[in-house]
Amino acid sequence: MTTPTKRLTTSAMIASFADEGQRTAKAPFGQALVRLAQERTDVVGLSADLAKYTDMHVFREAFPERFFQMGMAEQVMLGAAAGMAEVGLVPFASTYSVFATRRAYDFLCLDIAEPALNVNVVGALPGLTTGYGPSHQATEDLAILRAMPNLTIVDPCDSLDIEQAVPALAAAPGPTYMRLLRGNVPTVLDEYDYTFELGKAALLRPGRDVLMISTGLMTMRALQAARQLERDHVDVAVLHAPTIKPFDTGTVLRETAGERLVVTLENHSVVGGLAESVASCLAFAGRGRRIVPIALPDEFLAAGALPTLHDRYGLSVDAITARVRAEL
Amino acid sequence: MSERVRRLQESARRIRRYALDMGEVQGQGYIGQALGVADVLAVAYGDQLRFRPDDPEWDGRDRFLLSIGHYAIALYAALAEAGVLDVAELRTYGCDDSRLPMSGMASYTPGMEISGGSLGHGLGVATGMALGLRYRGSDARVFTLLSDGELDEGSTWEAALACAHHGLGNVTAIVDVNALQADGPTAGVLRTEPLLDKWKSFGWRAVRVDGNDIGQLVTAFDLLAEHRAAPSVLICDTKIGHGVPFLETRPKAHFMPVEPHEWQLAREALEVPA
Repeated sequence: MTTPTKRLTTSAMIASFADEGQRTAKAPFGQALVRLAQERTDVVGLSADLAKYTDMHVFREAFPERFFQMGMAEQVMLGAAAGMAEVGLVPFASTYSVFATRRAYDFLCLDIAEPALNVNVVGALPGLTTGYGPSHQATEDLAILRAMPNLTIVDPCDSLDIEQAVPALAAAPGPTYMRLLRGNVPTVLDEYDYTFELGKAALLRPGRDVLMISTGLMTMRALQAARQLERDHVDVAVLHAPTIKPFDTGTVLRETAGERLVVTLENHSVVGGLAESVASCLAFAGRGRRIVPIALPDEFLAAGALPTLHDRYGLSVDAITARVRAEL
Repeated sequence: MSERVRRLQESARRIRRYALDMGEVQGQGYIGQALGVADVLAVAYGDQLRFRPDDPEWDGRDRFLLSIGHYAIALYAALAEAGVLDVAELRTYGCDDSRLPMSGMASYTPGMEISGGSLGHGLGVATGMALGLRYRGSDARVFTLLSDGELDEGSTWEAALACAHHGLGNVTAIVDVNALQADGPTAGVLRTEPLLDKWKSFGWRAVRVDGNDIGQLVTAFDLLAEHRAAPSVLICDTKIGHGVPFLETRPKAHFMPVEPHEWQLAREALEVPA
């Protein structure tokens, strides 16, 4: 399916980061959850007055008796999800990332993660996927959550990643947090020999000069940047690391063994996300080396249109290629 | 006095005795609160809850969630009285490698349904358990023990709204109103009264009793058990240190000081029928 998108010029809350003419899939999370629920009667859904904006409405319409509206109350939503898991259900609880992490942290930590329950928290608007301003931009959700024991953290790239991650998250026995891409979500990874595997990073393309280690939607940008750099005879490998925790240190150590320039790309603050996951992985193994972090700055970001902001904060393809050229 | 009430009074006395034994092990503990809530726990475990002492994970059990994790000493005493724990194990209370840590945690103790410690969690988890049990077609009930101090937490009221909205008649909240919290009397820290009116206005069936009167407790629990159209709350006014006269009159404190020689005196005081 192809959905034409216009370059946005407003700071609307709900915006698409898909490029013009890019293939997209509609509400891949909701569709995947419905398919999973058709197979598993223990799967239930909850939302905190944001079903419609987290693609949970697709599940709500398909399985109204298995959807639980908790109101604009994230603490009780996560507490209740824990209670449901305690009695043998497999809940998916959706809200915006900022509310799941900043507002309801204690409930995710103590009700869900400490007893290692199979609760799957789904957070929309991760990083810079809304131009609405800091209230809705979850630029530090990975940093908040990475130190939480037992929690699996996934940052999917596209609709294919989301579709494949959903059953994998339900199958994993413990708690998970997935950064949700919602609405018309680009479809990118079907062009590669790739299957989502929880806990694994996957090499999407080889390259001699540069190794890009990317997560989330920045893998899409990394692949686009790699194609642009190809024209300048810069050969770029892209390693997609959708699972932030547990981090695939084995693959990262293996791929960073040579002399290639290592660039990390993430839709998250430069503090506490992928860049620091890679840096600590290398340093803890005695393999400290310079890495180039492409990430959001350690700031509260501006409101504005996503394309404008992605240019400003260095996440756009042009900004990435310029940064890599400058580093070579 | 009915045989039922007399039996539960004896049970409450043993629960107090076990709590004093544990308090002596560590020389501390929330002993004032444990003595205050012993009657409520005696009625819950001895008269109301459906459970199997030898199979605490039995799927058909009623759940009892200790939202106030610092009351673990009281719940361990009740679990020993109920036969879920061995009385001998109470000697390990709060010791290294014990299954009975000073704050209640689910992964440590048979019969401890949730981990407490951070207040304002129990009613939310109870909400999900009740929704899940109802979805699964179970008629098991979910009880959760809160404190009046815990009513300061906004999350408790999020859950109160959710239970009423979803018509969770399988939820019974029990609020231990001892009118004291960490920084002093509840009325001075943050006013939560009038409690009956608050809960009723949130859509709950609410009853208030003297939480140290077994007869009143039994009557109230029976009344609430018949009512399954809405969630129920039993507000229990309790007296810190109840059952041990010299502790009842001690200046009220969140951590009640007890001298080493006083544990035995307290046990002896319990033996005098009220």
